Amino acid sequence: MEIRVNPTRMELNRLKRRLAMAQRGHKLLKDKRDELMRKFLVLVRKNKELREEVEERLAGAFRKFMLARAVMSAEAIEEAILYPKERLEVKVEHQNVMSVHTPKLTWEKVSRETESIYPYGFAETSAELDDSISTLAELLPRLLELAEVEKAVMLLAAEIERTRRRVNALEYVMIPRLASTIRYITMKLDENERGSLTRLMKVKDIVRAKSV
Amino acid sequence: MSMPKIAVIGDRDSILGFKAVGVITFPVSGPEETKQALRKVTEGDYAVVFITEQAADQVHEAVEEVNARPTPILVPIPSSRGSLGLGMAQIRRSVERAVGADILFGKEGR
Repeated sequence: MEIRVNPTRMELNRLKRRLAMAQRGHKLLKDKRDELMRKFLVLVRKNKELREEVEERLAGAFRKFMLARAVMSAEAIEEAILYPKERLEVKVEHQNVMSVHTPKLTWEKVSRETESIYPYGFAETSAELDDSISTLAELLPRLLELAEVEKAVMLLAAEIERTRRRVNALEYVMIPRLASTIRYITMKLDENERGSLTRLMKVKDIVRAKSV
Repeated sequence: MSMPKIAVIGDRDSILGFKAVGVITFPVSGPEETKQALRKVTEGDYAVVFITEQAADQVHEAVEEVNARPTPILVPIPSSRGSLGLGMAQIRRSVERAVGADILFGKEGR
């Protein structure tokens, strides 16, 4: 399909510039898409591995917690962990991956006085609770890592889709359309030229015939 | 005290342990409460929100809404009753969206 234009030389120049621009944009976007895809594939593999690991270890922590629940009453557990000793402070920064802003989490542990991660004494609680809580404490950084990667994967996926749409729009719509319009104008201009040339020759013939 | 916080949403048994490691817990039962908790965490200053798959499964739309925002980062986790595979499904969806085909999960052992 062509764009409706006046077949003039000026229009032709304008279209040629647009075509050159579209081709450059197409190439750039294609490079962007390829690089995004490369990054995405690395990230998504990591995401999958992380999630598998986290889910497995979390299941383990839950199992232990269930055991703790079995030997202790819900109230006792709740009381034991009422005042958490540790707190993770998270900071969200942004990093730029190919102009996609992905979150970057940094965190540090803020714990109160003692070394122990358990917010309770050992007298009234069961060992299973200790176990499950220490597993969770170990797991938390991995969980945060998972959060970061997973969000990045989602954002990258959206960006790749967007970029691919634009690449395809340029490749299959814009560029062919511009090219065919340019062809149309060139042909029209050539035809006009041939027309005026024959007209000139004809006029010359008539003039010559009269003068003889 | 303006540091962004971490929260976890889910049934009491699954998330109680998180409380011990300093994560703010939102025990919920039923979709209504989950929606409310999600509203609360989007309004508050939270960086990461973990949600059990069981809870997330009941409120798909609310979850999508949170996912569309830059923060908080909503991460589905399995609950004490096991995994529904929701988290993995989400990764698979991302792959399909980006690549156009499922290249990561299609074949086993990749």
